[in-house]
Amino acid sequence: MDLNYSTEELAFREQVREFLKTQLPKDLSESVRIGRTLSKDDHDRWHRILHGRGWLAPTWPDTYGGCGWNAVQRHIFEEECCRAHAPRVVPFGLTMLAPVLQKFGSDVQRNHFLPKILSGEHWWCQGYSEPGAGSDLASLRTRAVRDGDHYVVNGQKTWTTLGQYANWIFCLVRTDPNAKQQEGISFLLIDMDTPGIEVRPIILLDGTHEVNEVWFTDVHVPAENLVGEENKGWTYAKYLLTHERTNIAGVGFSQAGLEAVKRLARQQMHRGRPLIENPHFAARLAQVEIDLMAMATTNLRIIAAAAEGHAPGIESSMLKVKGTEIRQEINDLARRAAGAYALPFASEAVIGDNSALAPPEGTEAVAAQYFNNRKLSIFGGSNEIQKNIIAKAALGGRA
Amino acid sequence: MNFQLTEERQMLQDSLRRFLSDRYSVALHNDTLSSPLGYSATIWQQLAELGMIGALLAPEVGGYGGAGFDISTVFEELGRAGVVEPVLDCAVLCGSLLAGLDGAPTAREQKLLDQLIAGEQQLAFAHGEPSSRYERCWVETRAVAEGDEVVLTGRKSVVINAEAADQLIVSARETGAAGDRDGLSLFLIDPAIAGVRLRGSALMAGGRAAEVDLDGVRLSQSTRLGTAGQAANRIETALARAEVALAAETLGAMETATRLTMDYLTTRQQFGRLIGSFQALQHRVAEMLIEVEQARSAVINAAGHLEDLPHMRDRHIAAARNLVGRTGRRIAEESIQLHGGIAMTAEYELAHIVKRIILAEHRFGDADTQLERFIDLSAA
Ligand SMILES: Cc1cc2nc3c(=O)[nH]c(=O)nc-3n(C[C@H](O)[C@H](O)[C@H](O)COP(=O)(O)OP(=O)(O)OC[C@H]3O[C@@H](n4cnc5c(N)ncnc54)[C@H](O)[C@@H]3O)c2cc1C
Ligand SMILES: Cc1cc2nc3c(=O)[nH]c(=O)nc-3n(C[C@H](O)[C@H](O)[C@H](O)COP(=O)(O)OP(=O)(O)OC[C@H]3O[C@@H](n4cnc5c(N)ncnc54)[C@H](O)[C@@H]3O)c2cc1C
Repeated sequence: MDLNYSTEELAFREQVREFLKTQLPKDLSESVRIGRTLSKDDHDRWHRILHGRGWLAPTWPDTYGGCGWNAVQRHIFEEECCRAHAPRVVPFGLTMLAPVLQKFGSDVQRNHFLPKILSGEHWWCQGYSEPGAGSDLASLRTRAVRDGDHYVVNGQKTWTTLGQYANWIFCLVRTDPNAKQQEGISFLLIDMDTPGIEVRPIILLDGTHEVNEVWFTDVHVPAENLVGEENKGWTYAKYLLTHERTNIAGVGFSQAGLEAVKRLARQQMHRGRPLIENPHFAARLAQVEIDLMAMATTNLRIIAAAAEGHAPGIESSMLKVKGTEIRQEINDLARRAAGAYALPFASEAVIGDNSALAPPEGTEAVAAQYFNNRKLSIFGGSNEIQKNIIAKAALGGRA
Repeated sequence: MNFQLTEERQMLQDSLRRFLSDRYSVALHNDTLSSPLGYSATIWQQLAELGMIGALLAPEVGGYGGAGFDISTVFEELGRAGVVEPVLDCAVLCGSLLAGLDGAPTAREQKLLDQLIAGEQQLAFAHGEPSSRYERCWVETRAVAEGDEVVLTGRKSVVINAEAADQLIVSARETGAAGDRDGLSLFLIDPAIAGVRLRGSALMAGGRAAEVDLDGVRLSQSTRLGTAGQAANRIETALARAEVALAAETLGAMETATRLTMDYLTTRQQFGRLIGSFQALQHRVAEMLIEVEQARSAVINAAGHLEDLPHMRDRHIAAARNLVGRTGRRIAEESIQLHGGIAMTAEYELAHIVKRIILAEHRFGDADTQLERFIDLSAA
């Protein structure tokens, strides 16, 4: 056992730090730090900067323009990005769709789409969930009927994250209503500018517009936008999910969040002393930090195993459950630290300037983030579904 | 032992519940949340006409209730419906401050109380400060006597209902240091006078609040309520009443969250069956129901001890607020989780209810603060 990073790894970390120090725009990191909602332009800017450095696609093989990093390097990069309050790279094209295209797409699709993901010309969103198909994704009903060289798509997707900015959507659609649930599904790439597509906003409880409904009425999609084989979409979807669940532990986010809570608790006063010295608050803070330290090591153990070629199984489900619990607990502590300043509606702060109220620094968005991050244990396969997976793997053969 | 409501309180509960379930829709919420006032003036007036404000005040000052169980009965219903009108700030806090003055209220105070009960006055209590956190007597705002006048300087933070208020009741220190019980006074001031500046914002769970800056505000000595420097008791009594109200309100909201969750589990289908048929979720509903009963008992304890001596009263209130804070968080988070994505949408009733539950903890002391208070009071 050796818990230290190698000299090369440390040198790599330095390189990443230097890049972030010089290339990450201050206004962007400031927005991320206080939890402001980022605009499309904010996302695009950071995307271009990373692309310029060749650091946009850590998970891609270098043949496609990826960084060729190993799991440890990817981890270091993510950790440093979080620490520097870099915007999260929107994952739908880069880390979800791209691996599917690389493995199952046609040469034409790869050559057409992968460069446009890198350049940012295509902004992708994920059209999996439907009103009646959440955890039970295989029950989805959006229909795609082959008509000559086109598919005609009808139905409704929901919870489409950042769909308001996207110009392409990858969808799971039902192509054979008579087959067994998982077998009649196909994986389709759809240009959002096609007539018949309507995007409607869903406002979340913290006042943000982050997700959407996407409606399809007789949408004509060229047949060459089918990925792989017809009716085999479930296989590709599952492959994508294993990629969706990379970096699921969110160690970097938690570490940055914990630092933010500490900063806040040093400023907030309680009986004339900083809140961070209050024994009850300090105890809760310490407990979540202890949990996080252990999880960071669990995460590294899994990364190290992956680097040696072991495919993560239930470990990624374990990281999802524990990682989201820890992040949510940190969000809870942050809102607690703000005291009465958690009460004002943060939408002004989240969207722009909130100087009218002049809340103490760091309290602006804590309640909004607490509420918003309840999503962490719901999406990407809810925590209950993860626990089912863990238990089934452990007991399944025997119970 | 008797855990039944009296006939009058039962009638109060019934009429309030009927009124709110008829009139207090999700659409109304969403409209008022972003309105300049932050609440509905019509609903406020109708609540007053129903006698709801009077039920929170004692007969000696023109009300017809005012006991712990009157407060808990009213607020459980307000919480159940997710009401955002400033009943707590206006009627309970300011009403109690005015009614609890040394001896009987003066003619001017009584007139204010009458107008309050009729729904014709809006008031706000400007007490919390940037570094007071949840300490009841942590007041740094100074009141300096100058002849016939008093000059107030300081800042009050997150003063709920300040912008709508016709009058503010402001706490300020005439002598002593920040945390002292001695030296506190209350002043009734018109927010439009020179030196008062309000910076308002909407609240996440409904209503509005303002930062109130007091920059050399000159008042006549006659604006002082009660005896100079002796307001601590009155403030603590008013806050105790507000805490009972808040705990009951949260209990009502917890009941709604739990009911919505049970309704959802018995209608939502996934994997070809009702999600309520998964035992993993059934057990969690069972635990939610157990927690709600615990919270109900804690609220009863607090309401039933509201008229006790301060030490006994506050020990029960700290216990109730700690328990309701803990269980409220659990109910809110479990309700969201068991609903899945739909719970996260602003339009769904649950979203508003969970915000009421969670953010209630940020008033007068969160669960941790209440735990410390309980420990202190138990050791004494
Ligand atoms: C903010 C946000 C962003 C999202 N972004 C996207 C996106 O970009 N693209 C996309 O396709 N989807 C997206 N989703 C959808 C997300 O994947 C679903 O919300 C999720 O799969 C859960 O589905 P559901 O909301 O329908 O809940 P349901 O599946 O109805 O679940 C309700 C509850 O029942 C539980 N449950 C269900 N089945 C079982 C079981 N068998 N055993 C035990 N418990 C069970 C769940 O865990 C949950 O607690 C997003 C969701 C949110 C909230
Ligand atoms: C100290 C002691 C004194 C006792 N005294 C008496 C006595 O005087 N007279 C007498 O008749 N009996 C007595 N009992 C027996 C007691 O009633 C049983 O232990 C009890 O009913 C549980 O049964 P079990 O131990 O076989 O556990 P099991 O029934 O095998 O249960 C094992 C586990 O599975 C869980 N489980 C079982 N069914 C379900 C389900 N459908 N859903 C979810 N979880 C489930 C249980 O909750 C438990 O966690 C005593 C037991 C103890 C420990």
